[in-house]
Amino acid sequence: MSISTGSVWVDGSSSRMQRYNIFRRVNWGRFAVVAIPAFWLGIFFFIPFLVVFKISLSETAIAVPPYTPLLEWDLEEAYINLKISLGNYLYLLEDAFYLEAYLSSIKIAAISTFFTLLIAFPIAYLIARSDGSRRALLLALVILPFWTSFLLRVYAWMGFLKKNGIVNEFLLSLGIIDQPLVMLQTDFAVYLGIVYTYLPFMVLPLYSALEKMDMTLLEAAEDLGCRPAQSFFLITLPLAIPGIVAGCLLVFIPAVGEFVIPALLGGSDTLMIGRVLWDEFFLNRDWPMASAVAIVMLIVLVLPIMLIRNGQGKGEAI
Amino acid sequence: MTSSQPIDTQNATATANSNVPLWKQQDAEPFLKIENITKKFGEFTAVDNISLDIYKNELFCLLGGSGSGKSTLLRMLAGFESPTSGRILIDGVDMAGVQPWKRPVNMMFQSYALFPHLSVADNVAFGLKREGASKHEVKKRVAEMLDMVQLGHLGKRKPHQLSGGQRQRVALARSLVKRPKLLLLDEPLGALDKKLREETQFELINIQEELGVTFVVVTHDQEEAMTLSTRIGVMNHGVIVQTDEPHDVYEYPNSRFVAEFIGSVNLFEGKVVEDQPAHVRIDSAEAGGTLFVNHGISCAPEQIVHVALRPEKIKISHNRPDQTENCIQGVIEEIAYMGSLSVFKVRLPSGKEVRVTQPNFTRHMGERFTWEDKVFLSWDEDSSVVLTS
Repeated sequence: MSISTGSVWVDGSSSRMQRYNIFRRVNWGRFAVVAIPAFWLGIFFFIPFLVVFKISLSETAIAVPPYTPLLEWDLEEAYINLKISLGNYLYLLEDAFYLEAYLSSIKIAAISTFFTLLIAFPIAYLIARSDGSRRALLLALVILPFWTSFLLRVYAWMGFLKKNGIVNEFLLSLGIIDQPLVMLQTDFAVYLGIVYTYLPFMVLPLYSALEKMDMTLLEAAEDLGCRPAQSFFLITLPLAIPGIVAGCLLVFIPAVGEFVIPALLGGSDTLMIGRVLWDEFFLNRDWPMASAVAIVMLIVLVLPIMLIRNGQGKGEAI
Repeated sequence: MTSSQPIDTQNATATANSNVPLWKQQDAEPFLKIENITKKFGEFTAVDNISLDIYKNELFCLLGGSGSGKSTLLRMLAGFESPTSGRILIDGVDMAGVQPWKRPVNMMFQSYALFPHLSVADNVAFGLKREGASKHEVKKRVAEMLDMVQLGHLGKRKPHQLSGGQRQRVALARSLVKRPKLLLLDEPLGALDKKLREETQFELINIQEELGVTFVVVTHDQEEAMTLSTRIGVMNHGVIVQTDEPHDVYEYPNSRFVAEFIGSVNLFEGKVVEDQPAHVRIDSAEAGGTLFVNHGISCAPEQIVHVALRPEKIKISHNRPDQTENCIQGVIEEIAYMGSLSVFKVRLPSGKEVRVTQPNFTRHMGERFTWEDKVFLSWDEDSSVVLTS
């Protein structure tokens, strides 16, 4: 169809020419540059995702690996048996525990993201406003914790927060409290851990958004009758929105699936989907159920976020 | 409509005082009074004890190179910097401690500083909304202002969708919409190309006259300062070297700095040999003779001075002109044909190079000059100025 309409406009020789050019114009260098990350994502993200999806459609079995195969065949008996089980997904809907775990994860992640934003904004603002060498130093300080293992840093927080930990000892010695505070194994410790761990992921995109902002815009706002607080809400904040969105996504998405922090700092009643996943895999050895939990989390979280990002991209292009 | 009142007052003052500009009237009250303003950044003195009076409806240009302190002075007027010492009075009110958002002043920024996330109309409306003007009022005044800068049809666009010239107009509209008493313009035409700049210069003057707002313009472009301003303040190293009308700054510079900064000039170093109330004679080895200037100067006898002579004041000829004073001989070394005029560089026997410009009156110049021609340079006795500093 398109070829026939095309031939109305383009005569034979030039369309041959175009085909010839398209063939020659393939930029192999560019192709290679794009192919390497595409290959990487395919091998280490997309194929594992398909494997997990496949497992989620099977049933538990006492076998190695511990689930029933999706596809069975016997050439001699001449049968192929494709067995797709939706039982895991149905069970997810039936048992309120999973829904609760999802909601609780989203709640904890959302609150932590909010506080991360609240703390990261002044830090990013300060860095963006400081000059030259000082800015480099502050940025290095933000990134510095990455030099130490994440696990080690979470353990360090345990040392801070436990009953006879540094914080309690300090407050006791000052006489501010007479009894040690219970901080470890509470939701508070989980929030603290998440905010602490993900702070750099919020600071950096905020910094890059704020750094681009022209300071004379604030002077212009003041000149037109804005008090500094007003100009913050009318100028700085709207211009930082791309950074805020990027930072919040970078914190919120991994925080929802966070396992280590609730496991080490949270109490037994801290319900997060990451822990549910772990329990299904390693305690119940129910791989199909665990896979289904993971797939649903992906759909619930990533799809809406992808749609938001997509819409935003279009909005900015106009 | 909005501008009728300022025009009336302007006319009233003009008729009452028979067209003598305010700055030449003894008893006129300055609108903007700058008293002994100094601004130091650490050890560096950006503005050094400047006093300046600017009158209502003036279009005053602060002209200077980069680092001359002109922008710092402007920022102090806007309230973004506070002076280390001295006072600024706008319409009789001391501005000390008055925050930028409370001053009756608006500024047009060199970068325009348009808010990128707001549309053109919202940019212009920004200041009015902060004032708490009613929706209807905001809409009406924004429309009026955009029409004045001929952008009425582009209100919905975002700044990045405009050309440089259009952005400049938006910035101007935004800074004028609050009807400030005083408008500060930081290099208002600096980002425009030459042709657009020339058109916009006249537009700016028209708008200023129509609205009757006092303008203070900062620029490094002497041509811009000459066309725009009622008066020019030439700045150098934090000091105003000379404040005068454009014509006077050009024809009667008070120092070598001003003479060289504005336009091009030939300077002859020499010694005063005859010092009379109505004329002086200066013996200049550089010029190769005695120069006669028909105005008196105050100087010590035998003082070393400079005689400044603009290139266009010099006549060039093959034959010796019939005047005895101010006539020197040289050889044409370079010729530049620039369309409307020709520039000659003439080497004197002393080695001094003199720049001469001649307008090209006709297509075929009567007298043709070429390289290595021996020529006479002559000028009238009132063409040159003696500079003692």
